[in-house]
Formats: sequence, C-alpha cells, structure tokens
Amino acid sequence: MSMTREQVAHVARLARLDLADNELDRLAADMDAILSYVDKLNELDVDGIEPTAHAVPMENAFREDRVRPSIGTEKALINAPAGDDSCFLVPKVIE
Amino acid sequence: MPFIDLNLQQLQSKLAGGEFSSRELTRAYLDRINATGGSLNSFITICEESALAAAEAADIRRKKGDAAPLTGIPLAVKDIFNTEGIRTTAGSRILENYVAPYDATAIARLKEQGAVLLGKLNMDEFAMGSSNENSAAGPCRNPWDPNRVPGGSSGGSAAAVAARQAVATLGTDTGGSIRQPAGHCGVVGLKPTYGRVSRYGVIAYASSLDQVGPLARTVGDCALLLQAVAGFDPADSTSVDTPVPDYSAALGEDVRGLKIGLPKEYFIDGLDADVKQAVETAVAVYRDLGAEIVEVSLPHTDYAVACYYLVATAEASSNLARYDGVRYGRRVDNGSGLIDMYCRSRAEGFGDEVKRRIMLGTYALSSGYYDAYYLRAQKVRTLIRDDFNKAFDQVDLLLTPVSPTPAFKLGEKVNDPLQMYLSDIFTIPVNLAGTCAMSVPCGFSGQNLPIGLQLIGRPFGEETLLRAGHAYQQATEWHLKTAEI
Repeated sequence: MSMTREQVAHVARLARLDLADNELDRLAADMDAILSYVDKLNELDVDGIEPTAHAVPMENAFREDRVRPSIGTEKALINAPAGDDSCFLVPKVIE
Repeated sequence: MPFIDLNLQQLQSKLAGGEFSSRELTRAYLDRINATGGSLNSFITICEESALAAAEAADIRRKKGDAAPLTGIPLAVKDIFNTEGIRTTAGSRILENYVAPYDATAIARLKEQGAVLLGKLNMDEFAMGSSNENSAAGPCRNPWDPNRVPGGSSGGSAAAVAARQAVATLGTDTGGSIRQPAGHCGVVGLKPTYGRVSRYGVIAYASSLDQVGPLARTVGDCALLLQAVAGFDPADSTSVDTPVPDYSAALGEDVRGLKIGLPKEYFIDGLDADVKQAVETAVAVYRDLGAEIVEVSLPHTDYAVACYYLVATAEASSNLARYDGVRYGRRVDNGSGLIDMYCRSRAEGFGDEVKRRIMLGTYALSSGYYDAYYLRAQKVRTLIRDDFNKAFDQVDLLLTPVSPTPAFKLGEKVNDPLQMYLSDIFTIPVNLAGTCAMSVPCGFSGQNLPIGLQLIGRPFGEETLLRAGHAYQQATEWHLKTAEI
C-alpha cells in the first residue's frame, strides 16, 4: 500500500496537527515504511482470539463516593496559557 | 572513599552512623552534577536550592530519631514525573514552561521518606524513543563514550547513575525505556510488573504499557527504591491491590534449583557477537551457581515490535490529545479560531517522532482501519502474552540479551525510524505481556561498551528477579566498573 499526501493530510486533521507540505511528504514515506512492516501481523491467524486491551484483567475499579480536597482553582490555573481569576480563556468559539 | 563511589545501601549505613550529613552528601552530588552534567546533558533541571533544603530537613529528622530508609538520600528522577513547584517538561517543547502543580504518587512516596530530589533527568520527548535524541533539551550522551547514545527513553536516568551523578534514579518503561538505557550505560534497571507502581502523576505515553521503575548500580539498591514506590494507589485505578513483599529479604537466597529458560527466538542471527558471548558467559555463571538452564520458545516474538507500534501509538494519540494549548503547555496565538489554535500549537510544540507516533496511532484508530490495525494488534498481544504464560509453566525466569547491539552512535538511526524501533526487539514483548524484567550489567564489548543481561520474571515475580540478579552480582564484578568521566 502507499499513502498519499491527501490521506496523510486527512489524518493530520483528525490529529489536530497543522503540518507543512514537506512534513506531510516525509510522514507519508515514514508511515508507508512502518505500515508495510506492521503488515506482518496479517501472517497470523487471529480468528477466535480475544483481544488484550490491558495487561491486568480488571473490571470496573470502584471507590467510595466521598468528597475529598482537590487541587483548587488557583493551582489549576497556574499553567494556563490564557486565563483570568476563575477560568481558562480560549479563542471565540461561537460567532 | 568519595561519597559518589558508595552505593545506596552504603550511604544508608553511613548516614545512620553519622559519618556524614545529608547536606554534605547532597552538596557533593550537586558539585558532581555541575562538573559533569553539562557535557553529558543528563539533567534538564537541577534543583540545587530545594535539594539542599530537603537535605537539611532530612538531617533534622534523623537527629530526632525518625529516619526512614531513604531519609537524606539524594536521588534524581526522569523529567516525566510531576514534581510540585518544579518545571516538568517530559522532554517536550510543548511543556517547556510547565510547572507541575502536584506530585506524582511515586515522588510523594520518596518525599514522605525524606529523600532528596537533585533534579529532573533528560529523556526522549514523551518517552518516545530509544536513544534520548528526541529531546527538546538536546541529546543526552553515554558516559562510556560521549559519541554514543545512552539509550532511551530514560537516557538521562541511566547516564546519571553511570556517571555517579545520583546514587539511584527513577525512570519509566513502556517498551524497554528503563532496561535498554540501563544496559547501554552499564547499570541495573528494573521494570516492575504492570500495576505494581502507581502511574498517577506520571505523564502518560501508552497507558496499558507504561510502568515506573528504579535504576541503580546494584540490584540491592533497586530493591530499596522499588520498596519505596511500590503498592496500591487509589489515585491509579490500574495499580494492583496486592501486598508489597520485603524485596531486600529476597536478596539473601541463592539460585540453586532455579529454573531459567533461554527463549530460542532471542538468540538470533542478527545478535552482535560480543553481546552473544557476554550473555552466554552469564548463562554459564548461573549454571555454576546451581540454576537449571533449559531452552524454551516464545513463538510470537517476531511480531512484538509490529504489535507494539500499533498499540502504543494508538494509546499515545489518545493520551496526547490533552495538549491543546488550553489548560497548560504551549499555545501559539489564537489564529483563526479554536481549531486553528489547537492545530498550530500542537504542530509547533511536538517534535518529529511524537508527531509520527500520533499520526500512526490516529491512523490505526481511524474509521475503516481500526479492525485491520488496532484490533488485530490487540489479538496478537494476547498471543504474545500466552507465550510468556506457557513459558512460565516450565521455568521460573527467562534470560535474554537486553538489546541486539551495544549503544549505537549519535545520529546513526535518527533518519530510519523502523531501524530505531527494531533496537527494542527484546524488551518490547515484556511490556505487551505486562510482566516484570530487569537489566543487569554482564560484560563489555571490544569497544569497551557495556552489555546488559535481561532477566524476565512472572507477573509480580520481582522477588525472584532480584534474588537472581543479586546472586549474579555477588558472583561477578561488572557492576563495579565505572565510566571515566
């Protein structure tokens, strides 16, 4: 298989990455090489094999529903690229 | 004997005996870091002021008779752990000014004991890499040969121990990121069983594979550090609620009668001749110590790298979605709106390898490809895990090389991502299976580069790993050799 620049650009949009044309071309070549390598998984018959999502089989991990101290507004905002006293600021979403 | 030549166990007894204070010890390590850290680029942040303050507090605590095992011991950690009030970058430009507002559980546990944090160590960006060359802080170098990589992604964690800039460090291991650099730098590195150590506050790469673990010069020192950080944490629902044994107690036992398996798929044609010889010599040491050596098979080994680069990148693409320029991290100007701001902040903030993995993972999870890639990889993961389960029906431990070659040169593999990925061929299967493994120095190549031996244990079989690793270090002197820096 061979990835086109258009396909790579589509994936970049899904991944929210604004990539330059030369980056798209390089990624197309890299992804091609890596995806042809991972195609070796098709050599295996996996019919009827249960997928493993996690190393430790675990059902829902419940804990008591109890109010505990949390990090607080001030601390939560210290790394905000843009914020005021109580919230994160983002570019206008609704016109 | 200068402070820096002592191991953690020795430091403990000398601090307890009052031979020196933690303040003196910490000062000595900071001087060592300042003298040698620059040329290796092993540290991203040095915490001089807070380290000395913590050392003084530790000395006071000791005088009160309230010392814990790690009180006053200077340590350093990979820059992937959130450390309250200290810059935490994960080796990325996107987090270059991020100051963690809380401590990771592993860090909190070290602090509870009064350990001293010397600084934050260099790493591949978001732990993605095998050479520490993918760091926004620049590459870290191997103390044994500055033209070579220290391995990755915990390159700084291994290099700092080898250069005696810290007696022990913490790293993380998603596909070999503790064991491979430990092997390349001639130190011990332990990847505990998935769920043994809390991941809370550890910046995530691939959540079903990431695990925290210690690096040190001796197996005994790794046992002490593992003891401090292991155990259930309500803040990490994937940490396992099973009792933490006394790891140091396991060190006394010999290996007589222990059944050690050599997986035939790990002793392949591409294996470097020096690596092969060093590992075979280590096998002979175990045989002499009374272990029983048998050949076993892990038939799906050859599929592990392909499986890993689908599972890990899929999880990474999801985990790294959080870097959106809103709550923390780099943001470019607002652009033409919210989506544009996301896309440009991420494109500017992430390095090439991180973008490559996000793209691969996004592709593998995207509509129409999920079944062919991600779901199939998860099924192959089951086959790989079953291989280990079957092998552990026959043997107590597996013994393999850590890496197919000793440390490679800086720049040698940066332009060939697939070749870089294949350098982790012997470490990746362990993460997919979720079990524990340890890298132990077992010799040197003709070019005087360290070679590592990998011991793989059953899930929650860390005691057996430590017992076998310690017995090997009692019988050999590889871990006593030091890099000249």
